[in-house]
Amino acid sequence: MSGIIGKKLGMTSFFDQNGKNIPCTLVQAGPCVVTQVKTVDQDGYSAVQLGYGEAKEKNTPKALMGHFKKAKTTPKRKVVEFEFDGDVKLGDTVDISIFEEGEFVDVVGTSKGKGFQGVVKRHGFAGVGDATHGQHNRLRAPGSVGAASYPARVFKGMKMAGRMGGVRLKALNSRVMKILQEDNVLVLKGAIPGPKGSIVTIEK
Amino acid sequence: MSQLVRELSNKINEGNKLPQFASGDTVSVHFKIKEGDKERIQIFQGVVIQRSGSGATETFTVRKMASGVGVERIFPVTSPFVEKVDINKKGKVRRARIFYLRERKGKAARIKEKRF
Repeated sequence: MSGIIGKKLGMTSFFDQNGKNIPCTLVQAGPCVVTQVKTVDQDGYSAVQLGYGEAKEKNTPKALMGHFKKAKTTPKRKVVEFEFDGDVKLGDTVDISIFEEGEFVDVVGTSKGKGFQGVVKRHGFAGVGDATHGQHNRLRAPGSVGAASYPARVFKGMKMAGRMGGVRLKALNSRVMKILQEDNVLVLKGAIPGPKGSIVTIEK
Repeated sequence: MSQLVRELSNKINEGNKLPQFASGDTVSVHFKIKEGDKERIQIFQGVVIQRSGSGATETFTVRKMASGVGVERIFPVTSPFVEKVDINKKGKVRRARIFYLRERKGKAARIKEKRF
């Protein structure tokens, strides 16, 4: 499994050869710098740490500055670890050439925050059926949350209203439709989590 | 949509291959139709009454009278099924969307031709 870090640009669509309109997301991915190579001997497991995006030196902690200096690179905005196929050395750059058109990738991102939401939006409850026929103001109410004197409590994990969104999500099996090598842009089929401009990681 | 997304979107849509035409023009649209594994081309001739949208989602609407009944068809500009568009006549109209044609019939539905 390899991966790369990128930025979600936005969505568009195009027609394929069969005349089907394909909705797709544009992701500016890489180039990333290898900031650390972890080995079984040294760290107990093997992985490759990549850095993406430019950060200001004044906004980077001293400890992290030293870490980037070791890889002989400028400070980076985001650092992520991947299990990596293939040989890479400290300070190498990784770009979207590790992907091929037509293959499936997983995209990890932080979903858009929705704030405090009721059960209809948050958990897909149906709400109360009728708006009229004597129905009072309980259209989107959750209904009963349990029985009475036994168990005399609400069970843990009961679906209720609360904060929604803003969590780490992984969109599985998104197809790489096109690769724009010179722009470092991947064209992925369908939607991926998060707002435009947010950092995502793409794994294959 | 940001400028960057628009540019990249044009890139993956391989540009606009159709000739320039606007509402009021009479065009023949050569449209590919798939029947099973056979393909044939159907020609839809009529007046362009609007162009709508931009970039990857741009469309144009063609209106014609078929045995006394008005027929309108919407074609995506970037669709590979639109084989080609022939411009038969350039029309002189004063607005971008000539929906007033829908209420007119026969002689009243004529459009002045642009002469060069």
